[in-house]
Amino acid sequence: MFLRPAIRRYARVWAPVALLLVLVLVGCAKDYPQTTLAPKGDFARLVDHIFMTTVWWALGVFILVEGALVYAIVKFRHKPGAAEPAQTHGNTTLEIVWTIIPAAILALIAVPTVRAIFRTAQEPGAEALQVEVIGHQWWWEFRYPDLKIVTAGDLHVPMGQTVNLRMTTADVVHSFWIPQFAGKRDVFPRRFNNIWFKADTTGVFSGQCAEFCGVEHGRMAFRVVSDSPEEFAAWTASQQSGSPMINGGNMTDSAIAIAIKAANHDTSAAVDSVLARGKAVFLAGGCIGCHAMEGTPMAGMMQLVGPNLSHVGSRHTIAAGTLPMTDENLAAWLHNPDSVKPGVLMKLPRPLTDDEVSALVAYLKLHK
Amino acid sequence: MATTALDHAPAHHAEKTGLWSWITTVDHKRIGILYGATAFAFFLIGGIEALLIRIQLAQPDQKFVSPETYNQLFTMHGTTMIFLAVMPLSAMFFNYLIPLMIGARDVAFPRLNAMSYWVFLFGGLVLNSSWLFHSAPDSGWFGYANLTEKQYSPGANVDFWIVGLQILGIASLAAAVNFFVTIVQLRAKGMRLMRMPIFVWMSFITQVLLLLAFPVITVALVMLLMDRQFGTHFFIPAGGGDPILWQHLFWVFGHPEVYILILPAFGVVSEVLPVFSRKPLFGYAAMVFSGCFIAFLGFGVWSHHMFATGMGPFADTFFSLVTMLIAVPTGVKIFNWIGTIWGGQLHFKTPMLFALAFVAMFIIGGLSGVMHASPPADLQQTDTYFVVAHFHYVMFGGSIFALTAGAYYWYPKMFGKMLDEGLGKLHFWLMLIGFNVTFFPMHFVGLNGMPRRVYTYPAELNFGFWNLIETFGAFTLGLSFLVFIVNVYKTWRSDAKAPADPWNGATLEWAIPSPPPEFNFAELPVVVGRDPLWELKRQRGGMLPEPPFHSGQGIHMPSPSYWPIVTALGIAVFFCGFLVGFPYVNIAGVLLTFLGIYSWAFEPA
Repeated sequence: MFLRPAIRRYARVWAPVALLLVLVLVGCAKDYPQTTLAPKGDFARLVDHIFMTTVWWALGVFILVEGALVYAIVKFRHKPGAAEPAQTHGNTTLEIVWTIIPAAILALIAVPTVRAIFRTAQEPGAEALQVEVIGHQWWWEFRYPDLKIVTAGDLHVPMGQTVNLRMTTADVVHSFWIPQFAGKRDVFPRRFNNIWFKADTTGVFSGQCAEFCGVEHGRMAFRVVSDSPEEFAAWTASQQSGSPMINGGNMTDSAIAIAIKAANHDTSAAVDSVLARGKAVFLAGGCIGCHAMEGTPMAGMMQLVGPNLSHVGSRHTIAAGTLPMTDENLAAWLHNPDSVKPGVLMKLPRPLTDDEVSALVAYLKLHK
Repeated sequence: MATTALDHAPAHHAEKTGLWSWITTVDHKRIGILYGATAFAFFLIGGIEALLIRIQLAQPDQKFVSPETYNQLFTMHGTTMIFLAVMPLSAMFFNYLIPLMIGARDVAFPRLNAMSYWVFLFGGLVLNSSWLFHSAPDSGWFGYANLTEKQYSPGANVDFWIVGLQILGIASLAAAVNFFVTIVQLRAKGMRLMRMPIFVWMSFITQVLLLLAFPVITVALVMLLMDRQFGTHFFIPAGGGDPILWQHLFWVFGHPEVYILILPAFGVVSEVLPVFSRKPLFGYAAMVFSGCFIAFLGFGVWSHHMFATGMGPFADTFFSLVTMLIAVPTGVKIFNWIGTIWGGQLHFKTPMLFALAFVAMFIIGGLSGVMHASPPADLQQTDTYFVVAHFHYVMFGGSIFALTAGAYYWYPKMFGKMLDEGLGKLHFWLMLIGFNVTFFPMHFVGLNGMPRRVYTYPAELNFGFWNLIETFGAFTLGLSFLVFIVNVYKTWRSDAKAPADPWNGATLEWAIPSPPPEFNFAELPVVVGRDPLWELKRQRGGMLPEPPFHSGQGIHMPSPSYWPIVTALGIAVFFCGFLVGFPYVNIAGVLLTFLGIYSWAFEPA
């Protein structure tokens, strides 16, 4: 009837707009390292599928309803001398129809939604790699109870194997967000939440805390490093050296030196002197008050305020994603953490001298 | 004796001026104007906070403000816009319009009404005074425990937030009781419930929501205050408490609060669209019942703010389905608005433009809302800029556009002068463009991984381009309100008087002079149907003549009183005792409150 040509006309205008929107949505995703629109794991794909289902329905409704609105605005604008419009008060049939149609569309969204809710709530099987995620103000700790690894900042996962994250917090509520692989899960003190995923590609991806957690909430990022099975095995072996979960972190200096030389492919005696000098500064500068470190008396501690630094040199960033791991950045951080990350809980007992900082930088970088 | 009464009457209703007359006023129209002016001032403060946020985020790794200041800015922006801008702007319309629309001379409890305003003002001042002590609240408008506990927020920041919200809550509850009783009791003869103007209906539902939702936040805030100051452990896990309990309590209040912010806007738009379409509201009954249904369901969806907390699949399913269900009555409203303008004669005056834009923007906000009603999808979207985009489309694109429509529509009634149409249209286009440029890109930025409440972001995440665009949009929005201020100023200076019925209105307030006399109606109206004024004009075959002057002789109105402000001051002082940590201040506040109530009770009417 008289509606049909109008709909056709507006469909011609709106369809390209809608298509463009979707293209922008999907096309730009590549340029955003933290995007949710380019899933790299099974959980995230499930989520993406539900999201795209709602996007298509929403776009259809958007075009029809906004189209009807725009049509009415253009068509029924006041014309001088026009008679008073018909004083309609409603139309029961029409009103029933436009109650039922949205309800039906919602049902079509609800069915896959509920299916996905139950699918994502399933616990992974025993073959999954267990990782404990612990939120801290303002960094993330990762523990691998089966592999006996304690680390922070970089979450290494083996591609192709399901990873089950068991998550909690040492202080306030945080939210662990891995956009490319799953979604978010809030972490609560004295409670464990979980989320799982299986990475289907290798690479380094970023994620960050998504629940406001205090002054440095904005700088509480981490990296997910998806390794090939071989890379993951190598990483596991190197991280186990000096782990607080193995023999209480006890390891002789010479064994540590051998491991570090192997990890750095450098067997020169220079390594020994850097290690000796660095350890002295690490102890004298007060670092051990908050950080576990292999070869120090605190190597076996697991409840300290700061992250375990035994393999800090292998991590991608400093201060929870604030700076890339370079010598200059590490030096800036050690000179004055508060200038890099205002409000950070790392307080130096006394300022470090330039010599001490460069000794520490060299020492920490060796701990791969 | 009769002569004495006559001698007194004109003096009683003479135009009252001066500061004292405003402080002691119990006239619902003056209180409405006070609400509006105060709320607009807070709206500008909240807007400036938003612009500072936008400057900080315009580029990656900026250091325009410190992280601490940024956290205070976004907390105060949210708290201010919700409690000090949108709610009291709605309260301005409740105050000014409800008695006029139902044909009453004032609200049921005029002095309680004055007290509500003063309590609101003091609450807003206490909350904002925190800036002077460098202790502005910094934990978000949602104040999630256990971050807000003493251990993690040792400063006075959170105490300011708790105390400010408690004071404001009393203002809201007192006002809600007042308007509830007013609407139930004081309607004109013949105005049955289903003949009430739709704005009054939506306001009525809002009062019910306020009465049911605010006690919950009051209790939660008392618990948090006791945790912080008296050593309880309601939300402290080490003492057996639970931070998730806070989230449930907060959102049991927080989600109905969303409807408290939007239902008055629905009411305004449902009044404006018919008048400028020259057609009655389409599906009046469906509009009323969908409003009731939305409000009812609004109490069963709170946990959709908490899908990421891991509630388990059954709770997720329930809250997801109820949330989706809310889209049905909301859709009914949108279709009825389109049905209202369909087949009409649309006059694009400024209020109409804002009302139409409201419908267009609200559709977008509603659709993005359906997207995160799905818990798996919400696991990606929650706490990102996608959600920021969503709720600004419903709160700004919805509430603020509708309230602005209302401001242009009822301005002539309130002040007896017309706002300038040219400047009004400039305001409209700047606001519409600025709004979309600010908030539409946030959908993409959020989906592409930008979380909320971060004071900056690293360059490698590539959020810089769209954030810069958003900042330009935000300043365009700011500019649009400058145009509005210029418009008001220009109108203030002009001598042109507005007629009683400039828009060919349908409701009772257009039958009386602009601005109305203190007593509103010289003769209380009798109503025989909906759109009573249209009915009358149709019978008379044209516009009504200007209403004649009436001196108000013989009409009894409540006399001014300063006890409401004294009582309000007592309430504020009582709560401030928790800020200074000196119990004598609390006691002084209680005594002052009782003095105010006692004196008020025995004051001659």
